[in-house]
Amino acid sequence: MYEKDGQKYFVVDGHMHYWNAAPDNWVPGAEQYAKGWIECFYAYMGLGPPETHWTLEHFQKYSEDDLMTDVFGNGHVDVAVFQPTYLLEWYKEGFNTTERNATMGERHPGKFVYNTRWDPRDGDVGLETLRRNVERYGSRGCKLYTAEWNNGSRGWKLTEPGAYRYLEACQELGIKNIHVHKGPTIWPLDKDAFDVSDVDRAATDFPGLNFIVEHVGLPRIEDFCFMATQEPNVYAGLAVVIGGLMHARPRFFARVMGELLFWLGEDKLLFGSDYAIWEPQWQVEGFVDWDYPESDEYSDYPRLSAAGKRKILGLNAARLYDIEVPPEYRLPAKAGTPAAQDDAQLVD
Amino acid sequence: MSGATPLLAALDTVRDPELDEPITALGFVAACALSSDGDAEVRLRLPTYFCAPNFAYLMVADAYDAVTALPGVRSARVVLEDHFAADAINGGVAAQTGFARSFAGEAAGELDDLRRDFLRKAVLAGTGQVCRALRASGADDATLASLTLGDVPPGPALDRLRQRRTELGLPAGDEAPLLVDPVTGQGVGPDAAALHLRRARLTAVSIEANGSICRDMLRHRYDTSGPHEQAQRQQVPGEEELR
Repeated sequence: MYEKDGQKYFVVDGHMHYWNAAPDNWVPGAEQYAKGWIECFYAYMGLGPPETHWTLEHFQKYSEDDLMTDVFGNGHVDVAVFQPTYLLEWYKEGFNTTERNATMGERHPGKFVYNTRWDPRDGDVGLETLRRNVERYGSRGCKLYTAEWNNGSRGWKLTEPGAYRYLEACQELGIKNIHVHKGPTIWPLDKDAFDVSDVDRAATDFPGLNFIVEHVGLPRIEDFCFMATQEPNVYAGLAVVIGGLMHARPRFFARVMGELLFWLGEDKLLFGSDYAIWEPQWQVEGFVDWDYPESDEYSDYPRLSAAGKRKILGLNAARLYDIEVPPEYRLPAKAGTPAAQDDAQLVD
Repeated sequence: MSGATPLLAALDTVRDPELDEPITALGFVAACALSSDGDAEVRLRLPTYFCAPNFAYLMVADAYDAVTALPGVRSARVVLEDHFAADAINGGVAAQTGFARSFAGEAAGELDDLRRDFLRKAVLAGTGQVCRALRASGADDATLASLTLGDVPPGPALDRLRQRRTELGLPAGDEAPLLVDPVTGQGVGPDAAALHLRRARLTAVSIEANGSICRDMLRHRYDTSGPHEQAQRQQVPGEEELR
């Protein structure tokens, strides 16, 4: 919870992690990938304010107490959504699995949402694991990392027949929210791995599921925005946008926010800190204070009110995950009408 | 690093296909040298260990071609460092085997379609950058739709747009419309101009944001500037200073 200038913000961190990427968890023979992955993440941390940077050793493996303090104690977060990333070819126990997240989270009732994951290349065995995870952890969402390496394959698309079996299973199991995270590899490697047209197809074919494209499809913001205007069940996860640009590149951040507000509107954007890449505190406080820089350059972009920020920081995600919001943190019903309808008509 | 100047001039012509900027301006050239016997050596670096291997391959292959084409260069060695696919890329470029054979079993074809698709994005983004300046001086959608390239005040952004359009085989002369479909080269009519311009602006914003993230990541990965990095950056529209 956060309060500023008389506005009360209920904060849902829609994208965060509890990982172990220390050398004790590296798979022998794959050390260079495990090391390369966490060092890549660590460079992202460098885009935040210097006073929030950690040592690499701390970043590789942080404790339960660190997380609880950074996210809930100082970070203003009310409910956090664990988004697992397995990477079992590189990390012995996985980078951060559903089990690891839930084992920790169960000691803090009411604080966490346990998303799980699947990989179409795991076939029937993976389907059974998905069913078991939903049963055991009550998962209502899945995080899909399409660039995961799996038995010689470097990635997959949502449009593969195998993936559709899983999406059908998600609908049967009561999973509502599919978080998609694109990465640098896919099969075949000569295609653009970041292409989001498969999300477009899947969103059309599964209108009962919500598709949250993480880090707004970066580095394909343009393709993502254009696709999202045409799919009512597609949302943008702001992880990396706020963390990677708001401090380091304020003018570019303003342009990206302006485009997102224009193409998707404030009802379709979800805050995610991407903890432990960045701590939520400076992101939440900075975003509440944010406005376009003084310049005519931004005059065409939609404004973002305190009500809009309340949606983005928590109320939109609370709706997707049926999280109970205390009455004083809710918006009047009228403010919840979908934004950006006029804008969306532009592409009809 | 003797004899590096002609090498750097050649490397200035090599672009990151996604970011549409010279690899020198991006700081991706770590070092280069040309021996008195004509043996060239170039070392390239990228913002992360996991940067997409297809784009990385294009940059290494283009750097090899640019350097080999220089008069007086007898041999060229281009090495990508600190990357998960460095061995496959460096070996494939050195042996001139092409992308598909460098990644046998993992790639279905060469990278020409990928390159063309990103050149089209560069045309759209370049249009957005040219129009951003025109809009600041009061031009609205209808006005922008009526302009030809010859109507646009000269500058680096316009030069760049003409060059990209030429590479794609799109009209780039003074009489060509400012707004063209990057696939067909047909002029964009007044009815379609608003949407076209919004997409152009969006594409420019996207590529600029990507470029800034890549630069900032590279800076945290390596604490040295690359040769020509500062000089070439002056040419980049939309750039902002680091905080």
